[in-house]
Amino acid sequence: MREPRWLPWARWAGLGLLGLFTLTPLYVMLTSAIKPLRDVQGDFHWIPTTITLRPFADMWRTVPLARYFANSLIVSSVAALVSVLIAIFAAYAISRFRFPGRRIFSVTVLSTQMFPGILFLLPLFMIYVNLGTALGVELYASRTGLIITYLTFSLPFSIWMLAGYFDSIPTALDEAAQVDGSGPIGALLRVVLPAATPGIVAVAIYAFMTAWGEVLFASVMTDESSRTLAVGLQGYATENDVYWNQIMAASLVVSVPVVAGFLLLQRYLVQGLTAGAVK
Amino acid sequence: MRLRRVALPYLLILPAVLLELLVHLVPMLIGIGMSFLKLTQFFLRNWSAAPFAGLDNYSVAVDFDSAVGRSLLHSFLVTVAFTVLTVGLSWLFGICGAVLMQGSFRGRAVLRALFLVPYALPVYAGVITWSFLLQRDSGLVNHVLVDQLHLFGERPFWLIGANSFWSLIVVCVWRSWPFSFLVLMAGLQNIPDDLYEAAAIDGAGWGRRLRAVTLPMLRPVNQVLVLVLFLWTFNDFNTPYVLFGKSAPHEADLISIHIYQSSFVTWNFGSGSAMSVLLLLFLLLVTAVYLVATSRRRNDA
Repeated sequence: MREPRWLPWARWAGLGLLGLFTLTPLYVMLTSAIKPLRDVQGDFHWIPTTITLRPFADMWRTVPLARYFANSLIVSSVAALVSVLIAIFAAYAISRFRFPGRRIFSVTVLSTQMFPGILFLLPLFMIYVNLGTALGVELYASRTGLIITYLTFSLPFSIWMLAGYFDSIPTALDEAAQVDGSGPIGALLRVVLPAATPGIVAVAIYAFMTAWGEVLFASVMTDESSRTLAVGLQGYATENDVYWNQIMAASLVVSVPVVAGFLLLQRYLVQGLTAGAVK
Repeated sequence: MRLRRVALPYLLILPAVLLELLVHLVPMLIGIGMSFLKLTQFFLRNWSAAPFAGLDNYSVAVDFDSAVGRSLLHSFLVTVAFTVLTVGLSWLFGICGAVLMQGSFRGRAVLRALFLVPYALPVYAGVITWSFLLQRDSGLVNHVLVDQLHLFGERPFWLIGANSFWSLIVVCVWRSWPFSFLVLMAGLQNIPDDLYEAAAIDGAGWGRRLRAVTLPMLRPVNQVLVLVLFLWTFNDFNTPYVLFGKSAPHEADLISIHIYQSSFVTWNFGSGSAMSVLLLLFLLLVTAVYLVATSRRRNDA
């Protein structure tokens, strides 16, 4: 099958334009993070006139970035971990059992994904505030409240992705394990989980990324002590000076963990994210 | 033993069910309930005391002669225009990228990974970078357009006024086109090579193969992709919130931001809930019509 002669040219022109559009902001983020303050306040320069690593040191002092970072790390890790655990059990049930209510459960869980966040925000805010006053449980403006909220955000996709993974593992494997005397849970732990490790890691990364990047609930459900990066990064812009070099440095630092994780595991994530759409 | 086997799947899904109930389903029902209450700031701590308002919150929201209704309608129309343009461009960029990536050439894997970075980046990091690019005096956009290309005599504002609508679209397309690229590339890989070979034997050129094989074979993928893009874009809160801060410009007043603003500025949660319920009804209606329409077309084909 021959390619037309113009195709390589069209390919480089098209991909070049897309690349320019996609990469320019990333280039600006990288180069502005190593510029001194006066270089990001005056006219824009494509190439830094002076290179300095000061923004990476100063950004921790302008706002309490370390605290925001720790909050994001705790909230996202715990949410990811718990959400994966819950998703494993639910996905195993969907994949290996035929029970009344199975379809309703999957459809309901998936459809919550499409509802506007703003619809839950007000009632959830009220529930957390009132639960706090009624039971003495601190949910509003606490990391616990944020963790509970975030882990349900990634749950639908995680269950869906993992059920797909479990489906691709032959049931003969768990039946063999059950003949050897394991119950269904034993089969899950000893056979299915080891075989699905890449999928589980991908789901954990996805859940972590979801929590790490969430803005809407973080902006309402946190106070100064539980603030996450999503809201904290805006602190640089409310000062008299806008420290763009520090903002870019901080953006870079908070992006590295998730981008690295995504690129390392993109193959598994892509399989999972697109499985439903392609099927 | 038999009972345990019957109960086991329910035990396995129980934690997920409880959490979905707590964070999604119960709040949704409460939200619907709140929309019928006169729930203003005086009743926040004790909202069971809020008086019943009937359909008042709804009738104010859809009364287009009142200020509240008019601004809601404006915000809705802005969101529709924004969504149509953003979804269209994201899909177009995605299909161009995916089709041009077909075959093997040097640098393909690197390029593919780079294209995915905006999608992997935390929303706020990417969008904050864009707000730097779009600064009037120190941003790259005006530097290129005004200083280097001399397209404008005066430096335009990009984050306030009418231009903010276009800025928002550019930033949203930048964030969401990698996703459609990703999904469409996976879709392309699932098209069997035989189909292309058969078309080539019939004398179909590259353009004809694209129209006769690629696009029809992608239809099921497109059906889901466009729906997902639509829902994400229509509900988008993060991009405008980070790009413009707490006060979105009138021209870029997306519906989520609008509801957020009118709820937390006036602390009138009853009216905010009514608007959210209207938004949900609209999304459900569009989704249902879309699924029926696209499925029927697929069955006819």
